[in-house]
Amino acid sequence: MSFVILASIMVIAALGLLFARKPVHAALSLAVVMIGLAMVYAMLEAPFLFAVQIVVYTGAILMLFLFVIMLVGVDTSDKLKETIAGQKVLAVSLGVGLGATLIAGIGQASIATMRGLASANEGGNVQRLADLLFSRYVIAFEATSALLITAAIGAMVLAHRERIDPKQSQTDLAQQRVADYAKSGKHLGPLPPPGTFARHNSNDTPALLPDGSQSTKSVPAILAGGRTEEGEDA
Amino acid sequence: MTDNTTAYVILSAILFTIGTIGVLTRRNAIVVFMCVELMLNAANLALVAFSRMHGNLDGQVTAFFVMVVAAAEVVVGLAIIMTIFRTRNTASVDEPRMLKW
Repeated sequence: MSFVILASIMVIAALGLLFARKPVHAALSLAVVMIGLAMVYAMLEAPFLFAVQIVVYTGAILMLFLFVIMLVGVDTSDKLKETIAGQKVLAVSLGVGLGATLIAGIGQASIATMRGLASANEGGNVQRLADLLFSRYVIAFEATSALLITAAIGAMVLAHRERIDPKQSQTDLAQQRVADYAKSGKHLGPLPPPGTFARHNSNDTPALLPDGSQSTKSVPAILAGGRTEEGEDA
Repeated sequence: MTDNTTAYVILSAILFTIGTIGVLTRRNAIVVFMCVELMLNAANLALVAFSRMHGNLDGQVTAFFVMVVAAAEVVVGLAIIMTIFRTRNTASVDEPRMLKW
């Protein structure tokens, strides 16, 4: 019974991921699917995978997605205009065809009922997983650790931006600020911080000027919908 | 229901199909990537269900490795999306149409 409830919640959330217009809503629907999957793993006598699914998948990978959505643009929604005519209709029909084929094939195969993991989990699921991981799968284990190091270095290489013009020292920056003030009256000091009020205290709460209006300079540009300025770190 | 392997495998197939349709129809690169993650999760579910069916833990170890590989893939994939966004200022998959910039 609990499986039927969990399965329906997961399918509805997956459809929510499919139809959500904003990427943040899609990420939250995916979080629901992943936590539902964690509960299914707990039902399938996999307590270690239940914990790892929540900590690694929902807690790390989904957070990475949310960070990138924040940096790339919270407001971007899909354009509905198609570049290739009829592609969406064809894609949906073929996808539904794939689903029908899979379900028909699985329904016709005679899969044995579950034997249960009572004997395999003797002495603890984590301990038996560790036995397998460091004996039969030790080469795969070492290879995936090398893969993780490579992925981290690859991400650093991809995100690195070469400096094209020489780095401005503090003296240069100070002289530039005074020159800007002399030329256009631009304020010499730092930008105002975001507002801190009784009910709202976040990075996108604008500060209030003395006449009660909101200060647009107090909200970081990328949270207000613009890009970071050139030369600043993202 | 809890002793019926077919139910879990069919749920895995449904999630996989929804992920496939998402990859083929969505235009935002990040949402496409999230649908790929959904497909990987569906495969994980099938692995764990079959592990319980056979009565040994090989399926769970394999699911664990799939999670590790998915994490590495997300790291590099999101770095690529960020780099493309920096140069083209758009996260749509329709925009990068020419190999030459």
